[in-house]
Amino acid sequence: MTMRARRVPGWLVGLIVPAVLLAAWQGAAASGLVPPAILPAPGLVIRTLAAMAQSGEMAQALAATGSRMLFGFALGAACATVLGGLCGSSAAIRALLDPLIQALRSVPSLAWVPLFILWLGIFEASKITLVAVGVFFPIYLNLVSGIANVDRKLLEVGRVLGFSSWRRLVRIQLPAALPAYVVGLRGGLGLGWMFVAAAELLGATNGLGFILDDGEQTGRPERVLAALLLFGLCGKLTDWALAAAGRRLVSWQDIAAA
Amino acid sequence: MPYPLRINGLEKSYGGQHVLGPIDLDLEAGTITAIIGRSGSGKTTLLRCLGGLEQPTAGRITIGDGQVSPADIGYVFQEPRLMPWLTVAKNTGFGLAGFTKPARDLAIAEALDLVGLPDAGALLPKQLSGGMAQRVALARALAPHPKLILLDEPFSALDPFTREQMQDHLLHLHEHYGATMVLITHDMDEALALALRIIVLDGPPGRIIGDFSPDLPRPADRVSAAFFVWKRRLTALFTRQSAPPPEAAFSDQQPAQENFP
Repeated sequence: MTMRARRVPGWLVGLIVPAVLLAAWQGAAASGLVPPAILPAPGLVIRTLAAMAQSGEMAQALAATGSRMLFGFALGAACATVLGGLCGSSAAIRALLDPLIQALRSVPSLAWVPLFILWLGIFEASKITLVAVGVFFPIYLNLVSGIANVDRKLLEVGRVLGFSSWRRLVRIQLPAALPAYVVGLRGGLGLGWMFVAAAELLGATNGLGFILDDGEQTGRPERVLAALLLFGLCGKLTDWALAAAGRRLVSWQDIAAA
Repeated sequence: MPYPLRINGLEKSYGGQHVLGPIDLDLEAGTITAIIGRSGSGKTTLLRCLGGLEQPTAGRITIGDGQVSPADIGYVFQEPRLMPWLTVAKNTGFGLAGFTKPARDLAIAEALDLVGLPDAGALLPKQLSGGMAQRVALARALAPHPKLILLDEPFSALDPFTREQMQDHLLHLHEHYGATMVLITHDMDEALALALRIIVLDGPPGRIIGDFSPDLPRPADRVSAAFFVWKRRLTALFTRQSAPPPEAAFSDQQPAQENFP
């Protein structure tokens, strides 16, 4: 007799724990064990979300936070890609720039906020710059190590074929560093969401971070939870999209599928 | 025209440790020469010097007329070393520079055809068996039509059946291209089946302890008496003593038949 294991889709397995937590949350709220001012029932949070969607507040907040995130991520990723490419491919440039970049990395990123506000004002520029700083380091570090750790054996192929250093970079080092770069982009994206929340909490008149702050100030935890859910959803969706794009880019890798 | 190869007083040291030479060797254009020896005898170091991967500590290597571009030298490593992100066709054309698209496509198709993989162009390296991957590596070295091909134990990682098939392929390629080939191997059968001349290295430091021209028919009959006798003779070089002194080394520049009727 043979037994065939029925495969359960991965996304369904991933929903089990959230569903249990949701049920526990509903149970705790319904039983009155936790006061609604601390933990409102899931139904109230969903109603709050619906009201936010209906009034247009949700779209406005998502647009504000999303655009800060988009510009900050693009700026941070572009700087990290250029500097990481330069430092990874040239030992001389690495010796010149990497110590400074590593030193800057040891400054806690939020400690830049006062300086950014002084230099760039309290509006969009300082927020976007803060996001860019958060995004920069994981991408830079992964790209530099990805390029620097390319298999020597592949580089020797370029040497016997007489490749110039530029051709070696473009045809061997950068493609070989792509998997590390994708990991860096995903790490940068995660930090980007963290920094956009921080930037908006520190002073904004719109965006998801503003709703968080407003919910706290006005004693409405359902607004805080609704904003948290939206942050989580945005983070998960963008990471999923980036991971899917990354998988296509590095589909040549001969690795066991996770 | 294939390139002749001349090596004069070649030596290589790593951090004061002398690993190779002096080596003096003249290789005729259009021939296959096998360089055999144990691990540590410096054969790979010698080939890496010829391919420009190592800078000799002393001596001189003259390839052809001395005005050689990298495209004129093909190098096949022990492992395929294919770029995992490129298809077989793009890996094959990896060293083709300054070709128009049609000329490039033609060179790729021709090289893949010669190694017996005419329909594999769209595959990725991860989809290939070890033997197929090594054939693509061979195609990559052949595509620019090099005049000298350096092969570093190219078939050592393959199973015996595939290895023999690849050796036959190599002979066929040599007939087609006529390039000068230098083959590093520790496989006596491979050396005898492919090469008209066999150089024996021992060391360290690596020195030539034997230079033979076994005049065996092509394709080699691996179960013939002459093949067996030559194999015994080469093996004896390594089993009698660990490192024969230079005067004990014997050189056979005479036709082999005179020594082995």
